[in-house]
Amino acid sequence: MEVEEQCSESPMFVENKADDWSGRWSHIQKLLMRSGPLAHQDFEPGPQVLEFMLESAKILVIGAGGLGCELLKDLALCGFRNIDVIDMDTIDVSNLNRQFLFRPKDIGRAKAEIAAEFVNSRIAGCKVTPHFKKIQDFDADFYRGFHLIVCGLDSIIARRWMNGMVLSLLEYDDDGILDQTSIIPVVDGGTEGFKGNARVIIPGLTACIECTLDLYPPQVNFPLCTIAHTPRLPEHCIEYAKVLVWPQEHPFGVGVPVDGDDPAHVQWIFLKAKERAYNYSIQGLTYRLTQGVVKHIIPAVASTNALIAAACALEVFKLVSSCCNPLNNYMVFNDTDGLYTYTFEAEKKEDCAACSQRPQVLTFPDDATLKSVIDFLNDSPTYQMKAPSLTTMVDGKNKTLYIQSVKSLEEKTRHNLPKKLKDIGLVDGQEIVVADSTTPKAIICKIQFASSME
Amino acid sequence: MKRKAAGSPGTARNSKMSKIPLDKNKKYDRIGSFTILDGQKVTGEDVGNNFFLTKEAIGKTTNCLLQENSDFFKSFSVVIATQLPEETLLNLGSLLWSHNIPLLVCRTYGFIGYMRIVLQEHCVIESHPDNAHPDLRLDRPFPGLSQYVEMLDLNTMSKQEHGHTPYVVLLLKYLNRWKAEHDGKPPLNYKEKDAFKKMLREGILVNEHGVPEEEENFDEAIKAVNTALVPTRIPSEVSKIFSDNSFSNFNESSSSFWILAKATKEFIENEGQGSIPDMTADSKRYIELQNVYQEQARKDVAVITQRVQKILLDLGKSADTIQDSEIRLFCKNAAFLRLIRGRSLAEEYRPNTAKASELGSYLDDADSDVVFYFLLKAVDRFYTQYHRYPGNFDDQVEVDVVKLKVPALARFSKSGPLMQTSKKNTYMKCSAAQEVIKLITHQFVPFNNTYIYNGSTGCSITLQV
Repeated sequence: MEVEEQCSESPMFVENKADDWSGRWSHIQKLLMRSGPLAHQDFEPGPQVLEFMLESAKILVIGAGGLGCELLKDLALCGFRNIDVIDMDTIDVSNLNRQFLFRPKDIGRAKAEIAAEFVNSRIAGCKVTPHFKKIQDFDADFYRGFHLIVCGLDSIIARRWMNGMVLSLLEYDDDGILDQTSIIPVVDGGTEGFKGNARVIIPGLTACIECTLDLYPPQVNFPLCTIAHTPRLPEHCIEYAKVLVWPQEHPFGVGVPVDGDDPAHVQWIFLKAKERAYNYSIQGLTYRLTQGVVKHIIPAVASTNALIAAACALEVFKLVSSCCNPLNNYMVFNDTDGLYTYTFEAEKKEDCAACSQRPQVLTFPDDATLKSVIDFLNDSPTYQMKAPSLTTMVDGKNKTLYIQSVKSLEEKTRHNLPKKLKDIGLVDGQEIVVADSTTPKAIICKIQFASSME
Repeated sequence: MKRKAAGSPGTARNSKMSKIPLDKNKKYDRIGSFTILDGQKVTGEDVGNNFFLTKEAIGKTTNCLLQENSDFFKSFSVVIATQLPEETLLNLGSLLWSHNIPLLVCRTYGFIGYMRIVLQEHCVIESHPDNAHPDLRLDRPFPGLSQYVEMLDLNTMSKQEHGHTPYVVLLLKYLNRWKAEHDGKPPLNYKEKDAFKKMLREGILVNEHGVPEEEENFDEAIKAVNTALVPTRIPSEVSKIFSDNSFSNFNESSSSFWILAKATKEFIENEGQGSIPDMTADSKRYIELQNVYQEQARKDVAVITQRVQKILLDLGKSADTIQDSEIRLFCKNAAFLRLIRGRSLAEEYRPNTAKASELGSYLDDADSDVVFYFLLKAVDRFYTQYHRYPGNFDDQVEVDVVKLKVPALARFSKSGPLMQTSKKNTYMKCSAAQEVIKLITHQFVPFNNTYIYNGSTGCSITLQV
């Protein structure tokens, strides 16, 4: 909408030209005006490539945090001008050590807005449009408007949701042939301490997030704002005692750091964390857990973020301009011991729940209960769901089996959990519809009883 | 990390290209201070490329701070050289080498990045290994551990206690039983380890129907058999340190790392680590067991401390030259010490010390990114000869290809694809920043000694030149 207004007043083309100066794009033009042995086979060098990047290409950046700040800067310097950024967070003092677009005066304001302001003021002609919202607040029409999506997210659930969204945009004709114009490529980056990864996903054609779900270990890091204000887990209480109370109270003398191997130190943190857990009625805090958390802190490292963002921005540049083949398709990075990268082609899973177009067949014993189906969806490395809700069709009617997301419905459907599948009317080959926060689109699962396989 | 990083001066030469974001990353990683040295003027393309230069800066001189003089460079912890011409680089390299100051050379060229660390010696105490196994000493239990394990009797425990006995205790108890039945030898091969696991599995309590109880601690013990029974031995990286020449040249100017290494070498068979992994146990016995290991570690550190003090006195130094905290840190990381010995730029370039044939053999693999090492060297020669980079002007690309092949051929009798010219590679700036942090803090392990990144494929390679 904003873009349209600007167009009607003064053509964007002229406006951008006024922002340029001699030599501004000469480095990039060396890649875009010439062909070379590294170029993509369809690459046609010429001024139209840069013109497309400057005038037409619309890039969506998800996340304006550690990776997002770097991505916005890199993309803007590469010549992308129409960039949207989504982030639901506000700026916390703990962000300032690495999220370099933010200053102390910005604390409490929306990350997306400040990041956009900063980049727009620094890079002449760049138009970053901020969205201080959740990715789930936007529908398919919004996402369809972009040429490419880059993710700098710290949550696997959000990644999976985005993955489901771009897959839902794919259009297939009657013969099941994918319409290439419905593909929106995704470049995804992630970091943890001195490790990181960057990957390129061509939805429908190459491995998607769900195809490689087993690559993600359970998350162990917590944002400081959660620790400071909204503890939920016992881990949050432990972090609180270690990160915030310890430096204030100096329990073992001023400047003595926490030693995870010293039982006295861990004991002190354990007791402080217990106090906090009590105040927030959080269960499950133990000495063991305390020690685990104290010893496995993985800090966010500014240069790892910058590095992975750079690798992602380079892929965006290559994908949009075609001046070079994109990464094929997954790069892992680790520099704790030397500087190590490993690039491999993650393979598309033929029966992937998200991108294979095949119904999922789940096999259960004949006397399985509904609860065992839910447990399976949560625990299986392939699905790793959070709170699945199940519906099905019985005798041509929609039947709700179990709904978790709405409290009143959960209470009404809870009685089904201990029941056997056969007793709630499910037959062999029954299709059930599974909805979960990990995907915007419900997946269809076919229940198969073990006895039918013999 | 903060401790060492704060107050370490670093310097960078030629701030134009790879430099500025490198500074940004260093700043965010808490380097105390750094100095930028650059002799060139800002151009339009720099502003197009650089987040920290604005349009108004075009035509101004960037940070032409100081003339080169040796005293100036001596004051830095690390020097970073970006996009320097070969001749200047070699002069700078030999100056820094003679003063034992690490130099990080950074180059980017189109999609290609190159880094070279030039240093004589780099010692790391805190290498933060990714997959370190806990050092449990089950093959040689110290008296405190043996006593503690003997004190506990699995047969008289309640069900609750039995299922929450730390797995280290289980392993040692069953290991003692195994040894008694096998001439005092631990399970040595796959078959014996399997039998040992079976023995552990039979130790799980059964209920009145003969069905085994769920005892997580036994599961943990069975899972740990393969790693926990590996004989305690000195890791190869540490043996390398113990056999290093530095011991034969040991004198009063030896650094505290080498003094501590010498004390540890003398103590070798008994150094303590004092760390146990997480395991299913009740808090009380878990803490007790932890204290058993801690106590042993404390004793070991005390012995090492005595040795360190004796070495210091022998060298004519005060016994408190090395702080207790440093000794404790060293002992805790004794199994993970790392030493890097580097090669100078002069050695890399001098015909009789250059690894020409070794590096040339990489080129037998047509896909090897080592080809870019040769091409970048050829580009340097090109610059020396023509005072501009090949491919810089559109109308001379083809001519430059021919010209570039000449130095490439002259030196290595090989040639590869021509690159396009552009200096856009934030990736290298960030990797450079990471390496500088490692060099200054002496934590984690820097690469040794040349790193090449190929942005077109996302691949990279490390080689020693």
